[in-house]
Amino acid sequence: MSSLEIRSLYVALAATPDKPIVKGLDLTIKTGEVHAIMGPNGTGKSTLSKAIAGHPDYVITSGDVLLDGKSILEMEPDERARAGLFLAFQYPSEIPGVSIANFLRAAVQARLAEGEELDATAYYKRLYSKMDLLKIDRKFTSRSVNEGFSGGEKKRCEILQMAMLEPKFSLMDETDSGLDIDALRIVAEGVNTLKGGELGVLLITHYQRLLNYIVPDFVHVMYDGRIVKSGDKSLALELEAKGYDWVKTELAAATA
Amino acid sequence: MSAPALSSDAVIGLDSARFAQHLSQRAYLPAWWLEAKKAAFNQFNALPMPSRTDETWRFSNLKGIDISGFTLPEDPATQIPNHTRFPQTAEIVFSNRQVVGRSTVPAELAAKGVIFAPLDEALKTHGDIVKQYFQKHPASLGSEKFVALNTAFTSSGALLYVPADVEVALPFVVQHTLTGENVAAFPHTIVVLGPRAKATLVEFFISGGAANERQLAAGVNDLHAAEGAQLTYVGAQHWSANTLAFQVNSIVAERDARVLSLNLHLGGRQCRHESNSRLLGPGAHSEMLALTVATGAQEFDQRTLQTHVAPHTTSNLLYKNALLDTAKTIFSGLIIVEPDAQKTDAYQKNRNLMLSDTAEAHSLPGLEIQANDVKCSHGSTSARIDAEQEFYLRARGINPVETRRLLVAAFFEEVLEKLENEDLHVALTGLIASQFKR
Repeated sequence: MSSLEIRSLYVALAATPDKPIVKGLDLTIKTGEVHAIMGPNGTGKSTLSKAIAGHPDYVITSGDVLLDGKSILEMEPDERARAGLFLAFQYPSEIPGVSIANFLRAAVQARLAEGEELDATAYYKRLYSKMDLLKIDRKFTSRSVNEGFSGGEKKRCEILQMAMLEPKFSLMDETDSGLDIDALRIVAEGVNTLKGGELGVLLITHYQRLLNYIVPDFVHVMYDGRIVKSGDKSLALELEAKGYDWVKTELAAATA
Repeated sequence: MSAPALSSDAVIGLDSARFAQHLSQRAYLPAWWLEAKKAAFNQFNALPMPSRTDETWRFSNLKGIDISGFTLPEDPATQIPNHTRFPQTAEIVFSNRQVVGRSTVPAELAAKGVIFAPLDEALKTHGDIVKQYFQKHPASLGSEKFVALNTAFTSSGALLYVPADVEVALPFVVQHTLTGENVAAFPHTIVVLGPRAKATLVEFFISGGAANERQLAAGVNDLHAAEGAQLTYVGAQHWSANTLAFQVNSIVAERDARVLSLNLHLGGRQCRHESNSRLLGPGAHSEMLALTVATGAQEFDQRTLQTHVAPHTTSNLLYKNALLDTAKTIFSGLIIVEPDAQKTDAYQKNRNLMLSDTAEAHSLPGLEIQANDVKCSHGSTSARIDAEQEFYLRARGINPVETRRLLVAAFFEEVLEKLENEDLHVALTGLIASQFKR
């Protein structure tokens, strides 16, 4: 079993390091668990996931992130990914001119030992089986990464990458945004087949809707850069019923 | 500042004595050819080196143009590096000046009159064709001195002649390999397609020895597409890291002919490439493409001319440079529309992908329009790598070098896909990838 520990984490934009967005966040995820972080817009949810993945626009000003007890903060984004982190992007980049097949091949090759050559036949066999699972047309492999994809196609493509790269931990940033119910169901099915023993999931979402399809073990409410409330899946339903103002009011009462 | 003064006497090894020997070894070739060589050698000696005041050499590093101390290689190398294999019709492989590998043209094509032969052999067997097309339309974009040097000393290169109505699907391949310190190569290839013929020629320019051997290359091509012909030419250059290279393309398209030329520039220390397309008949089209990966302190200096002589002619130029480290590129392109060339549609674009803050890309586009009913435009752009794309690839575990390779491949894809030849596409992509090894 692996663990991802976020300890008293402070994150700011690299351009404004004195204005923290994430303000002392603590969270530990183990493989096999699904954690959901919910919260109003602008509360630092996406910032948290990008900073953990090593996005250069963000700077971690204090605290630590440990993967199996080892800090990842000195690691480059690609090293973090190879160590077992996966960020499912809220807005995946379009890369015209790079086919999905070549892109995934480079990513899979990156995980092989120096000098080890990718077994192309096995690679395509595995790729096609994952695509079938996610109901992605095989013709997709020759298309450029995310170029001209619908919202649903982009998100399915993210899940396909996750399936191929087999991370220890997946940070899923608003994976449900922009999806209709059918697309949401397909994406959720994909995640559900992957989650479990070998994978820990951090679901970042604004809406409870996704959690009808991917049932979390833990739900955390994030507000103003911190986790202010944690519970099980019933917390998500309570939030849905009472709205985020409920958390704000409760928080105000507690600090008053 | 004036250019370094260089007399022919400074050109050790390529002096009068060596030239006389070169000629005497070719006494069996046609007299007109030997005369042309003599005239060229005299012209080479008479022409000045490029100087600061030459507009055609603006931004070029003239100090880097030191052609002294080179000689002709005497023996072929024992080890010949091979280009990536792909399906082909026939191949001629030169090591230094000698043919070391050759596959014959399939009998069926030979029976139709297809000729594919090393230049010296073609001069003997089909001297009339060589005479008709050799430098019929010189490019004249500034490298006349080095073209003259090529004519004087050339013996490697090939003639590809495809008669009327013959279509050949798979490419012909010419490989030039230069091995040795202070040696020079002077390849000259001629491609002639008869009316409605169709063929592809791929030419590789490779150094065979240590990566840093000091070498000189001055190559010339004459590409001629007769009425309705479809000619594809690919030149892939991967000279040693210490090569001074000149390559001059002359392209002619007659009525309804279509020529696609793609030059891939990877190797060399300082490389000058000139390409001149002449659109001589209505309906003619020239697609001028180039891809450059400029790394280290390399300089790639590209000069082009799209000459629209006849009405209803089209041309499209797309030169893409990927610049790393402290590399430098120069693109200077001109579109000339002659008075008769009404309804010309000409386009010229230079795009630079800057992967380093210390790299330098110069772009000098130009138009000279003498007709009044034409469509012409040019543009140049320089852009950095998209930071979000870069992070996306890195976030998938792809290392910085491989990330750059992928993004450069993505940048080049628009050009490579115009080849419409998957095997060739893969071969060139592999050659480009070799520039991104850690």
